Amino acid sequence: MHTDTRIEIDRDVCIGAGQCALAAPKVFTQDDDGFSTLLPGREDGGGDPMVREAARACPVSAITVAEG
Amino acid sequence: MTETEPVAFPQDRTCPYHPPTGYDPLRATRPLARVTLYDGRPAWLVTGHALARQLLADPRLSTDRDHPGFPATTERVAAVKNRRVALLGVDDPEHHAQRRMMVPSFTLRRAAELRPRIQRIVDGLLDAMTEKGPPAELVSAFALPVPSMVICELLGVPYEDHDFFEAQSRRLLRGPAVTDVQDARGQLDGYFEELIDRKQKQSEPGDGVLDELVHRQLREGVLDRRGVIAFATILLVAGHETTANMISLGTFTLLQHPDRLDELRADPGLLSDAVEELMRLLSIADGLLRRATEDIEAGGTTIRAGDGVVFSTSVINRDADVYPAPDTLDWHRPARHHVAFGFGIHQCLGQNLARAELEIALHSLFDRLPGLRLAAPPEEIPFKPGDTVQGMLELPVTW
Repeated sequence: MHTDTRIEIDRDVCIGAGQCALAAPKVFTQDDDGFSTLLPGREDGGGDPMVREAARACPVSAITVAEG
Repeated sequence: MTETEPVAFPQDRTCPYHPPTGYDPLRATRPLARVTLYDGRPAWLVTGHALARQLLADPRLSTDRDHPGFPATTERVAAVKNRRVALLGVDDPEHHAQRRMMVPSFTLRRAAELRPRIQRIVDGLLDAMTEKGPPAELVSAFALPVPSMVICELLGVPYEDHDFFEAQSRRLLRGPAVTDVQDARGQLDGYFEELIDRKQKQSEPGDGVLDELVHRQLREGVLDRRGVIAFATILLVAGHETTANMISLGTFTLLQHPDRLDELRADPGLLSDAVEELMRLLSIADGLLRRATEDIEAGGTTIRAGDGVVFSTSVINRDADVYPAPDTLDWHRPARHHVAFGFGIHQCLGQNLARAELEIALHSLFDRLPGLRLAAPPEEIPFKPGDTVQGMLELPVTW
């Protein structure tokens, strides 16, 4: 079911606070510039229940999680 | 929202880890209350958690401290105006460009890489403390030097100058006189001018954040010298005052909750949740300031363009709709989503580093000194007044 989940990160808005990677480290990471990015193979969130927590933790609402 | 008499803000805490009892009417008025600032000016006080997150992320609330209408909680805060404060005093899009320069040095990965260095610093300070004591004064022996040494390494500022910049930083944040603030700014400016000179002459740049700013952004013209100094000042001051207060007040709070402390000692796996809950409960940066640049409909009323808006983190982080039994220290609750580090574009740049420092400092302190206890009656130990970052002025301990 989780394969229908789509995560989008607005990198123009991201401030590199790292709160997504803190909340859901199996899905999000920070690239060399510090900005949020998805770990390879985790573009659908991998069914991780913390994905929504990560989106909520983002201080600038740069993450949207869409179902199917 | 009910109509109540405006309450004075800020007030001194009665217990160092609880909001002042004088804020009780504010806590009962969610999500927005009216307060009176030190100069008699009225302002909005955001008290509700959901509204706080919404408004802290609202670009119509400015942090430009140079604007003549910017609210101030003390005469000292007002005196910092007319001098650009990097990051915290700048709105987007300028802020975004500044933040981008800093982000690579403050990622989760960078904080994780710094852990062994933080541990070494903590161990060294505890060695020195146990060689000399018991007893010890924990603020000067441990709580302040831990973040001070860490931020020096990170920035590339020589730690041997710490007496100087700790004193100036203290005057900048606490005065007591307005002239202290102005003089401290001048002293720090002069210090950083010399440090920039020295770094420019180095053929092999060091690996600190300031080395990078001097050898890259300054050389390429992205920043001028004043821009470098603005970064250096805020990173140095914010980097040690806040964490030092969390260590001292966190230690005091844990010693006042012996059952909780026993639980934490028995299960270090609780450490990161404990730090998060301490951040929520203590809310040491209590009074984030903004000015509305447009009319904003919020909390069933209209915040008018030009109004001052203050966020009381201690009140917001005890919103009972979000945190049941909000006055209780309980790290089994999800304390996530507290606003102790702020929210929106200005959320604390150093929060990942701060979490690492707090986890290592608190764990090592209680691990090395199992018999740690206060060396004075708790009610006699002095703590900071309400108009500055909250924390202990002194913390006499023995073990």
